[in-house]
Amino acid sequence: MELITIILSGILIGSAVYMMLSKSVIRIIIGTALLSHGVHLMLLTMGQLKRGNIPVLDEEVSNYSDPLPQALILTAIVIAFALTAYILVLALRSYRELGTDDVEQMKGVPHDD
Amino acid sequence: MTTNILPLLPIMIPFFAGIIMLFIGRRPLAHRVIATISSLLIIISAVWLVVLVYQNGTIATFLGNWAPPFGISVVIDMAAALLLLTTAIITLFTVIYSFQSIGIEREKFYYYVMVMFMISGVNGAFSTGDIFNMFVFFEVFLLASYVLITLGGTKIQLQEGFKYILVNMISSNFFVLGLAYLYSVTGSLNMADIHAKLEGFEGNYSIMTLVAVVFLFVFATKAGVFPLYFWLPGSYYAPPMPALVLFGALLTKVGIYAIARTYSLFFIDNVEFTHQMLLLLALATIIMGSIGALSYADMKRIIIYNILIAVGIILVGVSMMDEAGMLGAFYYLIHDMIIKAALFMLVGFLIYRTGETNAERLGGLIKIHPVTGWMFFIATLSLAGVPPFPGFYGKLFIVQSTFTNDNYIAGIIVLVSSLVVLYSVVRIFISAFWGEDMDFSRLKPVKSDKLIFASFAMVIVSIAFGLAADALYPLFEMAAQSFYDPASYSNYLPEVE
Repeated sequence: MELITIILSGILIGSAVYMMLSKSVIRIIIGTALLSHGVHLMLLTMGQLKRGNIPVLDEEVSNYSDPLPQALILTAIVIAFALTAYILVLALRSYRELGTDDVEQMKGVPHDD
Repeated sequence: MTTNILPLLPIMIPFFAGIIMLFIGRRPLAHRVIATISSLLIIISAVWLVVLVYQNGTIATFLGNWAPPFGISVVIDMAAALLLLTTAIITLFTVIYSFQSIGIEREKFYYYVMVMFMISGVNGAFSTGDIFNMFVFFEVFLLASYVLITLGGTKIQLQEGFKYILVNMISSNFFVLGLAYLYSVTGSLNMADIHAKLEGFEGNYSIMTLVAVVFLFVFATKAGVFPLYFWLPGSYYAPPMPALVLFGALLTKVGIYAIARTYSLFFIDNVEFTHQMLLLLALATIIMGSIGALSYADMKRIIIYNILIAVGIILVGVSMMDEAGMLGAFYYLIHDMIIKAALFMLVGFLIYRTGETNAERLGGLIKIHPVTGWMFFIATLSLAGVPPFPGFYGKLFIVQSTFTNDNYIAGIIVLVSSLVVLYSVVRIFISAFWGEDMDFSRLKPVKSDKLIFASFAMVIVSIAFGLAADALYPLFEMAAQSFYDPASYSNYLPEVE
């Protein structure tokens, strides 16, 4: 089971890299969303996947599952969600302001000389 | 083992100040008052913390009263306390500086709110004792910095802000990935606990070298270390000057602090590889920063590349990881935060006054602004580390440490970089303040008393720090100890049966 999720997160991160290497702003943003999905899946896998065990330590229970990765992922998901929302709004604003969604044309800093 | 509120104050005061400002709406004057008062309160609480830590040693607070390795802890050792104090001082003067320079439109659109949230995140990253919380606080201040870099929505801000956000989002994702590896290896997130576990471990933890590389990738991106500094000169060029003061003085330093913390606590298994890699990257950063600082005439760019040089010098000290190296790195870190803020403020004043960023188009300003000119000169000397200014002590210890560790090349590069720094900034001084008089009718009639007050205050803080360096030595020794002797950091953990 761990092997499958690790391969899946590898596929997600690979496709994220592919998307982020394109020129369009929206494709790049989708790439970052995919990247965060892959990373979160990796984080979940790292705490070991177990089914049917309770997440608390008790005297009768010898085999318990780890509640921490879920808690960490929740935090990380919220953060990724906020960032994606912000960057989408920024993409809209810069499309209106700059009239382009091509990152090749977004060369910001003026060069002296 | 109680929840002591004091260590949380530097995080909570700016956070609540930001929330109050959000609720009172678009009232710039009220925002200014609240921002100033809350910065003063942070200074008071930070001084209090420094005194308490000096008297009693490391202060730790356990949120929700969970026993230490579990739950979230806020740990303030002397290093964190000094960084909090420096951050607070810089915040106060940057807020005062912003009154006349940021523009009323940005003030209406919650500029001070974002400054306060950013300070909250920076203070949190300095004082947390939990590696996942460090990630969360990184995101808090990064999110505020995304807003600060794009606030105002000019073309250059949108273009460079987009790249800045993208780079930081990717590196933050890798931070989570590194955390995942670290958690699966050690099964803990408390930094002191991870250190205790790794130190007592007999076997081979070679996977920690991989984690070290992932963490270095992340923090090097945030701090602007050699191959990953590519975004920094462009993105830092975009925001208005007060935001740049905060970015240049604080954000890269949080990355350095994180590198120092993780490299002293976690990556003790394969020091020959990890710390040697850090040293090489730091030296490359110094060289690239020097090339950049020498090759432009644009004042903003020169000082932005000076950030890179400072990052490199501090990391040379960190990578030595002995007493002198850490002491030097810490002196230089605090010194650089103060003097970068001062220098950015002074250059910002020149830019606001003249409307020019190119130093070669200025000249003869010493006739109109004699005091500012000489303050700029003092700031230049201080930046380059001429004694008795504080940069000297930091460099002295770093170079001493490189020589005792037989890294003569590293020491020589650090020494030569001082000359480069001095030359690159004195060039601004010479061409802007001396030389042929520029057309003084082009000068803009800006209201500048608060700009001048804030920048002079920062220079004076720097001079005072230099003169008091001897008296402050015990504090810095304590601060450096938790890095070169990490066991002293983790002794707040109770003995686990």
